[in-house]
This record gives sequence, structure tokens and C-alpha cells, in this order.
Amino acid sequence: MTSSSSSAVLVALLLVPLVGAIVVAALRGNDRLAKLVALGISIVEFALAIVSWAAYDAGGARLQQAFSMDWIPSFGVHLSFGVDGIALVMIAVIALLVPLVIGSSWLEKLPEGRSAGGFLGLILVEQALTIGVFAATDVFVFYVLFEIMLIPMYFLIGSYGGANRQYAAVKFFLYSFLGGMIMLASVIALYVQAGNALGKGTFDWATLVTVVHHAPLSTQIWLFLGFFAAFAIKAPLVPLHTWLPDAAAEAPIGVAVLIVGVLDKVGTFGFLRYCLPMFPDASRKLAPLVLVLAAAGVLYGSLLATGQRDMKRFIAYVSIAHFGFIALGIFSFSSQAMTGSVSYMINHSISTGMLIIVIGMVIARGGSTRIADYGGMAKLTPLLAGLFLLAGLSSLSLPGTNSFISEFLVLIGSYPNAPVYTIIATVGMILAALYILWLYQRVFTGPVRGDALMQFDGPGATIAPETGARRAIRDLTGREIGVLVPLVVLVIGLGLYPKPVLDVVTPTVNATMTSVGVGDPVTVQEGH
Amino acid sequence: MSVLATLVTAAQPVPVPAPPAPAATITQPPISYPAIMPILIILGAACVGVLFEAFLPRHNRIAAQLVLSVLAILVAGWRLLSYADEMPETGTITLGRALAVDKPTLVLWATLLVLTIGALILMADRTVERGGYFVADAAVRPGTVQDRAQAGRGEMQTEVFPLALFALGGMMVFCAANDLLTMFIALEVLSLPLYLMCGLARRRRLLSQEAAVKYFLLGAFASAFFLYGLALLYGYAGSVQLSDIANAAAGTNRSETLLFGGLGLLVVGLLFKGSVGPFHTWTPDVYQGAPTPVTAFMGACTKIAAFGGILRVLSVGFGTTSWEWRGVLWGVAIASMVIGAVLGLTQTDVKRMVAYSSVAHAGFLLIGAIVLKPAGLSATLFYLVTYGFTTLATFGVIGLVRNADGEATHLSQWAGLAKRSPLVAGTMAFLLLALAGIPLTSGFVGKFVVFQAALSDGMAPLVVVAVLASAVAAFFYLRVIVLMYFSQPAEDGPTVTIPNLWTTGVLTVCVLVTLFLGIAPSLVLDWTSSGVFALQ
Repeated sequence: MTSSSSSAVLVALLLVPLVGAIVVAALRGNDRLAKLVALGISIVEFALAIVSWAAYDAGGARLQQAFSMDWIPSFGVHLSFGVDGIALVMIAVIALLVPLVIGSSWLEKLPEGRSAGGFLGLILVEQALTIGVFAATDVFVFYVLFEIMLIPMYFLIGSYGGANRQYAAVKFFLYSFLGGMIMLASVIALYVQAGNALGKGTFDWATLVTVVHHAPLSTQIWLFLGFFAAFAIKAPLVPLHTWLPDAAAEAPIGVAVLIVGVLDKVGTFGFLRYCLPMFPDASRKLAPLVLVLAAAGVLYGSLLATGQRDMKRFIAYVSIAHFGFIALGIFSFSSQAMTGSVSYMINHSISTGMLIIVIGMVIARGGSTRIADYGGMAKLTPLLAGLFLLAGLSSLSLPGTNSFISEFLVLIGSYPNAPVYTIIATVGMILAALYILWLYQRVFTGPVRGDALMQFDGPGATIAPETGARRAIRDLTGREIGVLVPLVVLVIGLGLYPKPVLDVVTPTVNATMTSVGVGDPVTVQEGH
Repeated sequence: MSVLATLVTAAQPVPVPAPPAPAATITQPPISYPAIMPILIILGAACVGVLFEAFLPRHNRIAAQLVLSVLAILVAGWRLLSYADEMPETGTITLGRALAVDKPTLVLWATLLVLTIGALILMADRTVERGGYFVADAAVRPGTVQDRAQAGRGEMQTEVFPLALFALGGMMVFCAANDLLTMFIALEVLSLPLYLMCGLARRRRLLSQEAAVKYFLLGAFASAFFLYGLALLYGYAGSVQLSDIANAAAGTNRSETLLFGGLGLLVVGLLFKGSVGPFHTWTPDVYQGAPTPVTAFMGACTKIAAFGGILRVLSVGFGTTSWEWRGVLWGVAIASMVIGAVLGLTQTDVKRMVAYSSVAHAGFLLIGAIVLKPAGLSATLFYLVTYGFTTLATFGVIGLVRNADGEATHLSQWAGLAKRSPLVAGTMAFLLLALAGIPLTSGFVGKFVVFQAALSDGMAPLVVVAVLASAVAAFFYLRVIVLMYFSQPAEDGPTVTIPNLWTTGVLTVCVLVTLFLGIAPSLVLDWTSSGVFALQ
């Protein structure tokens, strides 16, 4: 293992966006330059992520590219980072999404008095912090980054969002902070547990796993619940989800991509990295509870998505349904389902990210987020319609798109252990077809109609004679195509050939399964 | 005061069976002058400051007083540091066991000295408010023509400086007091100047005087409680010495009513000073009415002194009986956190809001104080250090946001502050996040160490309440940030006054300490956990 050089890559992954953010924030006078610099930095970051992926040895140690230095010696806190298969693919997804977010926000109209430098600087800080959350191998560092990453996001929603942004930003922050504080109690209790067992407290993840997973069930359950509260709010599982529709609806499109595509994944990642290996007995004991929430989330999210009148809120509920699937796969304890969940985490980021970006392009044309303000748009913007349909089909897991294999693995893997919940979740697949296709139908098919397309005031008010719509409604520009092409390639590419992702995550999933101490219910064993 | 204490110890008959030979038995106790030198310097300088008031011409006083006070504190700090090296590991008990100078005492003293320098510099600022924060002539009736005239005069009552030094001296004795009588006298020495200082605001004088009267009346009640408790405890143990009370409680079958009645009354007096709920009712009014630098001084230093006293009384005097009273203080801590967090939500005035925040923080501090183990002691001391710096800076910043009528403390006036002065808004946002306990600020590390000490002592339910209270309290800190950053500024909104270089320096140092202790707390953590209370 090329530990020294590859851990340098990980350090660079953490530092490049931070340094970049400072540079970009300093360019607040010059929006265009700020955008170019931010885009450049995010592309460098993406290249680094590819290097990190290439250096990762799927058959090697659990945590690779590790590096560590003392931070607070009095508590045995180390600034230590490293990646396993799950963290690696999530970091790659972040590195992929940020340049696309910057590209899609290129012409974003910021509120008066705000500059692109501030906006993009915050996005880069958020990128560094989320990468840090996925890479942290010290529980204290994880906790610190988990809390800190709220702050740039809070300002991104609150300063750059829509009309009701203050409410959304505060709600987002308070929900997450509440979860974080509850987790803090568990984090400290872990430290105390380790102190009792080893004579000296530690926050090292690997050490804590070995110490805590023998703890008595009652202790495990309390600690589990502390972590679970934070992750269930973040991921959002159903009764704790109400911040997401508001945050996603009020945030600028690019920020919504980051919330749904990256930030929420911290929750499901937390289940896999912290809840299962540290508290295996509690995880098994409480799994039925989580499965109830997961199945409820699938149904509830799907039904509410069907009923939404606002496109951005629609996305939020679609995501809540998808997070139900992910949680189902994680807590039904089979390596197939868990592999499915991990690849779902990535594919959800790609397909929902694409769907949000495409919806953002629709909104940019019509200037409204209400579904009823649109109709028959495919006549005006055929290419946009086609790509919207592709993103939608990927979201409803059509075979041949990337999400299909994930959803399939989750369902087939969950069935032996949790048949009832799996059947309920399968209903969600049908509802997914309903809400996606119905949205497509309302916005894109039929005669051109709707206030957003037909209104006669404001700039670009001249009318195209052949359709009766405003002339300003045009099809995709070169920039927009450039943003969408990488996503199209991934949607189809990973749909046909998911092996590269599965190969990387499978060993980590198997390691997680082993630490939970549950054998596979089915005889199929993924490659060791 | 030491003589008084000695008199009591010598005159009481219980532990000394020898026949009382009046006057002859009262010998001067040995005094370790190096140990108490910082107190002597501060109190001596305060007396000189009073003479300055009498003899210096008015226009010279403010500079002279400031130089005198800061010099005195610096010299006291220098003596403190040099004594820290030669002090025996277990501390020094001196003045006939009236004062205990040990490692925690030194930590508290050093923190008090540093924070008082900051508060004094804030008090001496005359650029923010023309003429200074303090009234030119305190005797003029508020609302009269003369009062309006004096508000515009560029003078101020410079008595605040010696008063602050007396209060500081009282606080230092309070932290080190090893018997309850000394502690009571120190309580009065620290309180009386504060009552006066609260009434000296240049603007909104009625509010200021109301604050002073309220603080004085309630404070007098609290002192009475303390004194009554002291009397009962003396009746129980036959001594006012903390360690004698602990010994008496450990091995006798005397009346427990006296012990716990006394302890209860005593603790009420102490909790009052620390503004721990439900004994907090004075806090919002006094914090709001007092001149802002005085609020800063009270918020930071009184809290430190009060909890220094609480820590010592509980661990030295009542450590042996802890299992009997700890449940009650659990309840008090919960009440304080809940009251602070919930009532803070309803406030519309920044100073009142921070006051309720201080009540919630007092609850967190009390959790640390009832751990009664070295971990709890060091955690509480660390929390006090972090809280002191953050609070001082918070009130310092609040004092800068002003309109034509003086400070603009109503929350609505803070709308859109970030557009007008990004630097002040950014500083305030950072300080509020520190008060909320966001990681990478000292507030987080403070909470972390306190919760950790509590969890390792089996106080998990208390910690759960504490984390929930923190989450609730975060809402009102956030509300200010929302107003500053996400709201449109009002047309006739306040402006931020540029303070003089000294004030800027104080604020900068406090903010940097808040940041530094959040990122690299090891140094101070090692310092606060370097020793425990001297037990004699």
C-alpha cells in the first residue's frame, strides 16, 4: 500500500477546497473570475478524487490512505482521516457534484447585495467539511465536522435562498443541531466507556469498535439511540424529515443538490460506519423499529411526492422515499441488501442530483416552481424534456439506468429477513413510476400552457407565433448540456456496468456485516 | 476579616477544652504574605484610587484611575505568577486557616485578573459614548433638566475604577475563602461595589437605578440567607471552617436538620450570586439596566467568583455528605438550564437574552460543580475560563451598536447589521455560536469537558437534559444571527460606533481566546486540571 503518497492525496482532498474557498471569497468584487476560479478548484478536486480512487486497493485493509496527528492530547483526540470503500465512493460523488453544481449555478441570480464569491466560497467550504465527515476516523473529529458543516449550509440557505429562507435555514439548523447534541452525549459516553475498559479514553474509531461492541445490551441501546437520532434526522427518516422539504424548497438549486445528494448521505453513512459496527446487539434488537420507519418513509414520501404542487418540494419527498429504501437495505442485514444500499447512496446522488439540476433548468426558464404553471414544454424545449425524462426514469429505477441495480439488490436482499417491509417498499416502486411520469406529463406533454410559459409581461415578453409561448423559453444552452453530459454518462454507464462501484464497496460492506455478527440469510456470497 | 474569623474560632468553646483566657489566647496567626500578596495589592490600589478621587482634579482622574488599576492588576498578576512556582503542591492555608491559596485558587485569580483588565478598559472607553458609559453626576435626579444637561457633558464618575477594584478584591477572597465567615465578608465586599456600579449608567438612568435597587434588595436577601445558613452550620459543627464542617458531618450523630438546613440556606445565597435558576430573577433586569461594561464585568467575573465559591464549599465542606444533597442540586441544575433556555426564547432585548443565556450556562456549570471529583473541578474551571472571555466580548460588542438614544439593544434594531458592519456582525455571530457550543469554539470544549465529567460520574440523565437545553437555547442565539444576516436593515437602524484602539484590542483578544480554546484547549485544560482544593 502506498500509504504516504496516497494519504497526501486525502490531505489534499481536504485542504484544496478550503484554500480555494479563501481565494474565491477574496474575489468578491469580480463575479466572473470568482466563478472561474471556483470551477477550476472543483475540477482539481475531482481529479484528486479520481487519483484517490485509483490508489484504493479494494482487497486491502479496511481503512486506507490513513493519516493522523495529535490534536487534543488531554482527551486522546487525533486529527485522523482515512477512507474505506463506502467513504471513498461518497467522496468521489461529492467531488463529482460540486463542479456540476457550480456549472448549473453559473447564471443564478443571487439576492441583491450578495456576490458569487461568497456563495461559491461557502459551497467549497461545505465540500471540504463533508469530505472530512466521510473521511474522519476519529469519532471526535467526525462529531466536530458533523456540527460545523451546518454553518456554511445555514448561510447558504439563509442568505441565498427563496422567500421563506429564514424559516427554512433556522429549521434546518435546529433539527440538525438537536440531533448533533444528542449524539454528543453518546460520543462522550463512548469515550467514558473506552476509559473504563482501557484505562484511558480514546476516540479512535477502530479502537472504539472493539471496545464498545461487547458492551451490555442496555448500554448499547442508549448509545445507539444517541447516534441514531442524529443520523435519522440527517438522512431524514420519516417522523424527523420535516426540515428537508423546507430546506430543499428554499435553497438555491445548486445547494438543494448538495443537501439531497451529499449532506443527507451523512446520515445513512453514519448508520453503516457508526451504528452497526459499534452497537451490533442494539442494531439487531432495534432493527424492526428502523424498518418500520424505512417502510413508512417509502410510502409516505411517495404519496406526498405524488401530491406536491411545488417542484422543489416534490424532489424532497422523492428523496425521503429513496432514503426509506436505503435504510431498509442497511437494517435488513444481508450483504446483498447492504451493497444495494451503498450503491443506492451513490446512484441517488447521481439521479436525484440530475433531476434537481434539470428541474432547476425548467425553473430558470419559467421563473416559477409551481407545477401548474407549466405544460406542454416539450414542444419548446425537446432536449430538456428528453433529459428530464431520463433523470426521472433513473429516479424510478428503470432497468438499464443506474438506480435499477441498487433498488433491485436492496429488495432482493431484504426479502428473506424482512419480507413484509420489502413488500411494502415494493409498492413504493410503483408509486415512483406514478409520481415521476405524472410530473413529466403535466410539465412537458400536451399543448403549451401555463402562466410561466405564456405570461406576457416582463423581459422577453414577445411571443413566438407558432406556439404562443414567450420567446425567452429556449432549449438547453451549451453550458447546460455540458453540466448534464457527465450525469447522463453515469446514469447509463453505471446502469449497464455497475461493477466498478460494487467492487469497491463490497469488501467494506462485508466487513460491516461481519462486525454486526449476522450471517447472510441467502447462500450467495459476494466476492471475498 | 481574618481577625474576626480567628476570634470566632478561638472564642467558640466546643473543640477547645482549654480554659478560655481572654485576650492572651488571641495571638496573631502566621501570615504567608507571598500567597495573599495579589489580594493586598488589589485592595491597596483600590484605597489609593479612592484618594485619587479626593485629590486629583477631575479631568485627570480617568487616565490616572485607569493606569492605577491596570498597573495594580498587572503587578498582582506578576506576584501571582511568581508565587505559583514556589507554592507547595497541596497549596497554602494561611491567616489562621481563613484563606486557602491552592491551584484552583490561582486559576480563578488569574482568570479574574485578566478579565478585569478587559472590563476596566471597556469601562474607560470614551469614544463609543461621548464622555464615557458612566453618568457625569450620579446625584442628579433622572429625567430633570440637569439630567439632560449632564448626559451631554463629557465627564463621568470615575469612582467606578476603585469600586471595580474593591469588587475584584472581594471576588478573589471569595474564591479562596476557607471558612464561611470570611466567605460572607468577601461576598459583601464584592457585592456592595457592584450594586453601586449598576446605578451609574449615563443614559436610561431610571432603568439603571432600578437595576441597582433591585440587585441590592435581592442581594441583601441572599446575603441574609447565606448568613442564616452559616449560623445553623456553626450550630451544627461548632466551627465555620469548611473542613471542620466536613469532619463533623462525617463522624457524628448530631442533628441533620441543622446541617442540611444550614447547607440549603447557604447554597441559596451562593446560587443567587451565580445567577443559577430559580434564584436568577435579578439577572435579566440587572444585566439590562447596568452600564454595559459593568454588565460585562458582572457577567464574566461574578460568575467565576460565585462558582469558585460554590466549588470549594461543596467539595471541601460537604463532599462527605454529597449523596444526601446531590439530588436537590440535580433539580436546581435542571431548573436553571430549562429556565434559561426557555425564557431566553421569549426575549426581545439582546442584553436580557444574554442574561437568560447566562442562567442556562449557570446550569451547565452547576452540573460540573456537583461532580465533586478532580475531573469535575477541572471541567468547571475550564468552562468558567471560556465563559468569562466569551461573555466579556459579547457585552463589549453589544455596547457598540448604538443609535441616537444610546445603545440599541432591542432585537429588531439589529436587523441587517451584517450589511452595515460585517465585522461587528461576524464577531457577534461567532460569539453567539460559541455560547451555543458549536465545535471549534471554546464553548463547545467547555460543554464537552463538563458533560464528560458528569457522564463518568453516572449523571447521564442530567447530561441528556443539558444537551436538549443546549439545542433549545441555540434557537435564540440563531435568531440574532438570522436578524443580522438574513433581514433587511431598518431605515433608521442603529450604527456601529468604532471603539478606540484599547477596546478593539480587548474584544480581539477575547474573540481570539474563544477561538483558540476551541481549537487547541490542551494548554488551559492541563492548567485547570493541575491541582485540587487544599483540604484543611
